[in-house]
Amino acid sequence: MRFTLRIWRQKNSQDEGRFEVYEVDGVPPNASFLEMLDILNEKLIKEGKEPVAFDHDCREGICGSCGLFINGRAHGPLPNITTCRLYMRHFKDGDTITIEPFRAKPFPVIKDLVVDRSALDRIIQKGGYISVNTGSAPDANSIPIPKPAADRAFDYATCIGCGACVAACKNASAMLFTAAKVAHLAMLPQGQPERRQRVKRMVAQMDLEGFGHCSNTGACAVECPAKIPLKAIAQLQRDYIWANLTPDPHAP
Amino acid sequence: MKTASLAVGWLHTTVGRKVIMAVTGLFLITFLVVHLAGNLLLLRNDGGAAFNAYAEFMSTNPLIRILEIALFAGFIIHIYQGLYFIFRERRGRPKGYALNDAKANTSLFSRTMRLSALVILVFLIVHLKHFFVEHRLLGSPMSMYELCKLAFENPYYSAFYVVSMVLLAFHLAHGFYSGFQTLGLIVNRRVEQIVRWGAAVFAFLVPLGFAIIPIYFLIKTL
Amino acid sequence: MAEILTAPPVITRQITWREGNPILDNKCPSGDLEKRWTKHKDSLRLVAPHNKRKLEVIVVGAGLAGASAAASLGELGYRVKVFVYHNSPRRAHSIAAQGGINAAKNYRNDGDSIWRLFYDTIKGGDFRARESNVYRLAEVSVKIIDHCVAQGIPFAREYGGYLDTRSFGGAQLMRTFYARGQTGQQLLLGAYAALQRQVELGNVQVFYNHDVLDIVVEDGRARGIIVRNLISGEIHRVAAHAVVLATGGYGNAYYLSTNAKLSNATAIWRAHRRGAYFGNPSFVQIHPTCIPQSGEYQSKLTLMSESLRNDGRVWVPRTPGDKRPPHEIPEHDRWYYLEEWYPSFGNLVPRDIASRAAKRVCDMGYGVGPTGRAVYLDFSDAIKRFGKEVIYQRYGNLFEMYEEITGESPWETPMRIYPAVHYTMGGLWVDYNLMTNIEGLYAIGEANFSDHGANRLGASALMQGLADGYFILPYTIGDYLATQLFVKLSTDTTAFADAERETRQRIDRLLSTKGTQTVDEFHRELGKILWDHCGLARNAQGLSQAYEQIRQLRERFWREVRVPGTGQEFNQNLEKALRVSDFLELGELMVVDAYHREESCGCHLREEYQTEEGEALRNDKDYAYVAAWKWAGEGEPPILHKEPLNFEFVKPTVRSYK
Repeated sequence: MRFTLRIWRQKNSQDEGRFEVYEVDGVPPNASFLEMLDILNEKLIKEGKEPVAFDHDCREGICGSCGLFINGRAHGPLPNITTCRLYMRHFKDGDTITIEPFRAKPFPVIKDLVVDRSALDRIIQKGGYISVNTGSAPDANSIPIPKPAADRAFDYATCIGCGACVAACKNASAMLFTAAKVAHLAMLPQGQPERRQRVKRMVAQMDLEGFGHCSNTGACAVECPAKIPLKAIAQLQRDYIWANLTPDPHAP
Repeated sequence: MKTASLAVGWLHTTVGRKVIMAVTGLFLITFLVVHLAGNLLLLRNDGGAAFNAYAEFMSTNPLIRILEIALFAGFIIHIYQGLYFIFRERRGRPKGYALNDAKANTSLFSRTMRLSALVILVFLIVHLKHFFVEHRLLGSPMSMYELCKLAFENPYYSAFYVVSMVLLAFHLAHGFYSGFQTLGLIVNRRVEQIVRWGAAVFAFLVPLGFAIIPIYFLIKTL
Repeated sequence: MAEILTAPPVITRQITWREGNPILDNKCPSGDLEKRWTKHKDSLRLVAPHNKRKLEVIVVGAGLAGASAAASLGELGYRVKVFVYHNSPRRAHSIAAQGGINAAKNYRNDGDSIWRLFYDTIKGGDFRARESNVYRLAEVSVKIIDHCVAQGIPFAREYGGYLDTRSFGGAQLMRTFYARGQTGQQLLLGAYAALQRQVELGNVQVFYNHDVLDIVVEDGRARGIIVRNLISGEIHRVAAHAVVLATGGYGNAYYLSTNAKLSNATAIWRAHRRGAYFGNPSFVQIHPTCIPQSGEYQSKLTLMSESLRNDGRVWVPRTPGDKRPPHEIPEHDRWYYLEEWYPSFGNLVPRDIASRAAKRVCDMGYGVGPTGRAVYLDFSDAIKRFGKEVIYQRYGNLFEMYEEITGESPWETPMRIYPAVHYTMGGLWVDYNLMTNIEGLYAIGEANFSDHGANRLGASALMQGLADGYFILPYTIGDYLATQLFVKLSTDTTAFADAERETRQRIDRLLSTKGTQTVDEFHRELGKILWDHCGLARNAQGLSQAYEQIRQLRERFWREVRVPGTGQEFNQNLEKALRVSDFLELGELMVVDAYHREESCGCHLREEYQTEEGEALRNDKDYAYVAAWKWAGEGEPPILHKEPLNFEFVKPTVRSYK
């Protein structure tokens, strides 16, 4: 297969950046999108040109490293998939493909298609955990959890932190990311002691990082490779309102 | 490393502001129902007697007058918050995408919220000037019914009215669901289905109810 | 009509090594096996809380082992610096582990015990691991599950609300805890969250996008590291009282593996060059259930969890070259070779055995698919028995993944699978305290050689990574740190200066070569050599050939590699070149180790040493030891130190799964 690629090139975070056009030929239809870029890069290196920088690692859709904005969509034209799990057979021979980095104020471009997503880690730092020290846990089966609750917690916990929700959102909101963690821990008895503080602090950090507001368009859930449902956001909203409106029974 | 300040009033966070949007929005939705019920009296073939009585009641009853203040406040807050979001929208993404295929992952209604909001805002201004400022504040010699009849027999005004109602439908189609989602009321898939259906039915029927009236008056002039 | 075939001349080179002193003190305690760890813990030196704050520890890598260790050390109050080359600590490849984590909880009442988990692991490793270490691993396994549940990890549960388990290869018990097909992800995110909590509390600093390029050793002690900031290209010196390497395995030496693309051996290889012994480098696990390779362009292989063998049946057509689509092949024409050869374990034989069996049937011509290098993994019986819903609950995401990659639905047609490089049992040699032979340098998780012997059982990697990080290292490292309290740290020493200079020289040399071949081309070539000669089956001839080929390849690499760009910027090709240059040296040591071990054990099948049925023929008399290799210098034959394995509690037997 043959493609014309319009790729965003940017030397570093200070550089203005611009699109450049490349031709790539002989791409097998079963190659992944990243393997197509590998083929392009091998060609560029041989021609003495600068290869395109892009993030990737596990190439099986779980590490959350890869993330390209392809033809106007986060992770490309298919819903609920990572870039590494997008295959060239989903494109037409001869297509022109536009590739941009994920764009958001809290995601500054490092080079070409590589962006800094550490803002997401800082949201987790504010409470995306249960404060338990190693060694202090009771026997695992002393905390029975109804299967439906455990299953829902799992569904929320599968977020891979790729940032596609932010990239797809018209406001660059990180609500789905934040909500997935809030909802995961809200489902579990272990998550209750810190539940109020968690949601307040994580939302505050989300705002501080400069993410936009959520307007419930649902674009995030369509692009989310982990299929985090929108009801995670409803859960966050509910917890946030509850945490702020009702008095904390344990407050001094 | 950046640290978050928890001293900020929760209603000033993006999530808090969303809640304000939702509460005022859902409040305005209930008002729409009341307003529509009254307006439909225009369709009664009694020369406007019932409608005028209703209009009289609405403009003199003290309880309604108090609610009216709440209604104004609701509008102002909803509009203020909406404008805040519109101006803030770009802040999360100062540099936009060269190619953005938003229709692949969002509904037409959610994408046109800004447009529908602006049209409804213009409509609201014209509407208020016409029926509230001129009639109530300045005191028009005409009855409310006559005023409406006169307005709706003007094809330009009616066309503007109908177009505004179409955009109101758009606004409701997303806003109705969004309000429930923001208040965290969508607790499971079943509730989500009910709300989504409810939103569709509401967003279709209510603006349709409003739009029928000018069309009815226009047809009568033919 | 006979054609005259002229085979290309096979160039081989005599593989040589020198033998050094045996390792006699591995710090393992003596006495009752059950009491050893407790006794040892009680004898370790302690550091008082106020003193812990004065001690700095570097942790390299934030996978299961690294993140859990860093979090636990932070909780204890040490000053911890974590270095990851990823853009977030959550990206480490532990995240991709699918199937589960073993623990001797006996929640099933099926007779499990610490002893049984210990025995299964020792036997699974074909009696090439230390009894003391493995017993400790089984002992702490139960605490891992407790801790992970307390962290909020959503393990699979039964309707009563209690934890569910399933069975895994090499065991006749159901002791594997799991979170659908994403157990590694959930466990890693738990450790990552614990780490982030320590970051918030100010005990741990995490340096993103920092690649460790050398280990600094001063007077026989690890004193710090040389790191490159991948974004700016700056090179820094970092000093600490102890250095922990948690950098994972080196399966990527084979180019195609189930490892993540960035996984590499640089930190452990550089430590080896600085004097750390490398244990059993040729012990590489080849996982039986991976999606077969479909073309040259392919950049990695994707694993399908071993848990699939719980419900999936492995078969090939009874007639070689049978081209009928699988659903048209009637039951009596299907050969369930695992069930036939190994009736008591059936489809759940350990990985090495399943992989070799697949190779054997394919070599015999029974293989399926376009390349003939694949076997079927069939779920139709399980779907019939349990229904789609149950199977979806268990393997939903794996089925979807398979369909995405291959375009075929496992609901309708059997999966096609073939073995692929997956895990390295080999790694830096460590003693019972997980310390390498360099004082103050620790290796944990897959980066060390320790607990799995010559073959790792499924669901044991997660167990070992977390055991090392949460429950072993935090105790043992204190014993060393207690001696370091009054050491003043400085990066202004000759050892740091030398290490930095050498690192800069390596980078300059790579950038200035300006040859014609890309790094990936060399990497693919190395991978092919290793896969062909140091993969599923090895022999003296092939290894000697590989030895020479790798040497030539390495020499050509330094002459003809082309690395674009500069060192003062974000340069992914430079990162790759540094990693491949280390694989080119490590590959040679793997070959030497495989050559020297003239027996078959676990993953290591020497074709000269097998039974008539093709099973591994172990030689306990001569090879019941850990091969710990010492670097002797560029181009010099490595030095072999043997650590004898004494089996006091189990008797090495012929490992039979029949």
